[in-house]
Amino acid sequence: MGLTYQSTGTSTTREVFNVDTSDKQPVIALAGNPNTGKSTLFNRLTGLRQHTGNWPGKTVLQSQGSYIHEGRKYTMVDLPGTYSLLANSVEEQVARDFICFAKPDATVVVADATCLERNLNLALQVMEITKEVVLCVNLIDEARRKKLNIDIKKLNQRLGIPVVGTAASSGEGISDLLKLVSKVVTGTLKPEPKAVQYNPQVEDVVAKLEPIVKRVVGNELNSRWVSLRLLEGDDTIIHALEKFNGKEQVQILQEALA
Amino acid sequence: MSSSTSLQSLIREARNITGSKQNEIRDSIVNTIYQEAGNIAAETVTNEKNKVDWDRKIDQIITSRIWGFPIMFGVLTLILWLTITGANYPSALLANGLFWIEDQLTNIFISMNAPSWLHGFMILGVYRSLAWVVSVMLPPMAIFFPLFTLLEDLGYLPRIAFNLDRFFKSAGAHGKQALTMSMGFGCNAAGIIACRIIESPRERLIAALTNNFVPCNGRFPTLIALATIFMGGMVVSFSSAVATLSVAGLVVLGIAITLAVSFLLSKTLLKGIPSSFTLELPPYRKPQVGQVIVRSVLDRTIFVLSRAMIIAAPAGGIVWVLANTMIGDTSVLATIAGWLDPFAKQMGLDGFILMAFICGLPANEIVFPILIMSYVSGGAMIELDSMEALRQLLVDQHGWTWLTALCTMLFTLCHWPCGTTLYTMQREQQSWYWTVLAAVIPTAVGIILCIVVNHLVRGLGLV
Amino acid sequence: MKLTILNNIKLNERGITMAGLKSLKELAVGSSAIVKNVSADGIKQRRLLDLGLVPGTRVEAVGRSPLGDPIAYSIRGAVIALRKEESTTIMVETVN
Ligand SMILES: Nc1nc2c(ncn2[C@@H]2O[C@H](COP(=O)(O)OP(=O)(O)O)[C@@H](O)[C@H]2O)c(=O)[nH]1
Ligand SMILES: [Mg+2]
Repeated sequence: MGLTYQSTGTSTTREVFNVDTSDKQPVIALAGNPNTGKSTLFNRLTGLRQHTGNWPGKTVLQSQGSYIHEGRKYTMVDLPGTYSLLANSVEEQVARDFICFAKPDATVVVADATCLERNLNLALQVMEITKEVVLCVNLIDEARRKKLNIDIKKLNQRLGIPVVGTAASSGEGISDLLKLVSKVVTGTLKPEPKAVQYNPQVEDVVAKLEPIVKRVVGNELNSRWVSLRLLEGDDTIIHALEKFNGKEQVQILQEALA
Repeated sequence: MSSSTSLQSLIREARNITGSKQNEIRDSIVNTIYQEAGNIAAETVTNEKNKVDWDRKIDQIITSRIWGFPIMFGVLTLILWLTITGANYPSALLANGLFWIEDQLTNIFISMNAPSWLHGFMILGVYRSLAWVVSVMLPPMAIFFPLFTLLEDLGYLPRIAFNLDRFFKSAGAHGKQALTMSMGFGCNAAGIIACRIIESPRERLIAALTNNFVPCNGRFPTLIALATIFMGGMVVSFSSAVATLSVAGLVVLGIAITLAVSFLLSKTLLKGIPSSFTLELPPYRKPQVGQVIVRSVLDRTIFVLSRAMIIAAPAGGIVWVLANTMIGDTSVLATIAGWLDPFAKQMGLDGFILMAFICGLPANEIVFPILIMSYVSGGAMIELDSMEALRQLLVDQHGWTWLTALCTMLFTLCHWPCGTTLYTMQREQQSWYWTVLAAVIPTAVGIILCIVVNHLVRGLGLV
Repeated sequence: MKLTILNNIKLNERGITMAGLKSLKELAVGSSAIVKNVSADGIKQRRLLDLGLVPGTRVEAVGRSPLGDPIAYSIRGAVIALRKEESTTIMVETVN
């Protein structure tokens, strides 16, 4: 099968994901729904040639490349497109595990400006796992064509994370994106994602479970997020924790796309 | 450090807390996040004026009961027609140029007093097969790839999958198989990799095993050349239209065979019911035309062409050697062709054709060049710089009829996948069993198809 | 909760619909409805949730494929095609 986890002998979580950190460069992950322009952005920045095209599901595996911004080298990882991070498919699991365990220095959520609601759903989920998130509202040219107006500033206030409008295919807004990413990486800009508040019933059970989770998981993962996953019956996060932190070392098998 | 037992205890703890309410909690969590996303979007996105939803209007036609299928066939035909007519002239031009260079190279060899075996191997073998691969393949690919990429960027492919899904469901297969088949038009190895988008292993295997029934770019030129010479030749005034329609018909036949084989597989080796299917139909987007052309020519065309050339060069040399090494008074090549001949004749082919297919295992692109090489080497030298010359070679000197051409085209559509595709299959499935089957199935279909057609046509006295 | 789901399936199989409640499959092209519950099992249900098919979501049937199945629905701003095997597991209430 194309995508499998396999035991290997390597160590440290980033190496486990095959991420090149030879120069101690920061790692940037690209997450987002299918078909939002992640690979187009990735290709533009890294000069690589990931398959792009207007149909969901082209990028089946994560791939990585590097780019240089203001003299500094960054590793960029193009994750498979997913609607959520609830680990319901292999793609979702790959994307989730990467954000949870490879702990990218910044995660860029690439959203489709013409269909923001659906894309914000994923952004909110990423913001529950990590603080280092930048929202890239891509396809802004298509939104303009459809006479959609997107209030970037308001989005930024509402979400508590940096937001930038881009058109990956023409390059519009890309330099702003790179600036924001570098600020997040160096810590000169500290995103403060606004957590989603659930209804009292859910918040109640989270309050009961979270302290216990915190004791076991420590600072390895956001304990609120882990509690939510366990409460909704998603045990894959526990299996992932065992895999990535236990004695068993794993690696995502990557095959180069022909 | 977290030990595995306490991690497991977390699962139990969570179960204790939620009790039977787990589903409710899950719905509530997902709901809240979506609601929040909806609220934020409502606050930040404003629609200046209610524009007509063009996407929906277009889809109403493109996926309609009446127009859905005719438009698909029309698009296929249009792309093939542009490829066939557009490639004609540059192909001839390239052939002329490359054969002119061959003459100059021959002069150099003569002036250096090079031994004739060296000239034969290097020029008549290696160079000539390269020249053939380039002149036959480059123009159609340079037209087909950009056209196809435009279609892909426009967002038409998911609509094809949407239109055809009902057929795939009846065949026990997955609707996204239409997408993997579309990728197969470019290259079957890429098609097999694309099968990863199908979640269910059973349906992914079906898609991978049948991907070869879509003619890849390495096989299109052969189909186009034969269709132009034979099918087009029958109705001279509309020759390219007839050639186009016969290639398009062959593609449709390939789709029908795909469905039939998928059906049989899901009733026998890969029993099961279709898994769930959801497919997003993304908004249409204006393709970046300039970028598409540069990208598809540079990335795809050059990549595929160079792979074909790397294989064609040594293959051409070897074939020349075989054609010029004599056992008694026949060449090794002719001897092998002789062995294959009785069986090939049953299939409406001849020994040389079948041998060319076998030699083409490393890359389908070289099948036709090898065939021509083995027809001409040792024999009378003719300038093969036009379709007419090719027609004379096949018809006058080697007794081809339209039936030979038809059977060759059918076998081009249905035979073992190229080496790269088989290697990809093995890597993706990690199983020799399925890899062997990926070769056996299309070969068996091709042999049966050719034998039936050959005997039927002859039995009816049509040739 | 469980019981109502079972009821819905049974009713649905017999082609009878409860007051205003019907399966998404029966939603006429061009009309909208609100999702009431999704009764697919396990992973299938989670995938449908993923696509935004949570109770309370508004969906609109936008078009059939040439052979009638699958049908495309507009769900939270995206157009998604579902086969009838999936759409029969989703109960909706039509809105005007
Ligand atoms: N107009 C426009 N098209 C874009 C933009 N970004 C990507 N695209 C197109 O959208 C499609 C999907 O892009 P791709 O990078 O493959 O998406 P991915 O699935 O997120 O990797 C491709 O056809 C791209 O050419 C953009 O900013 N503007
Ligand atoms: Mg991609």
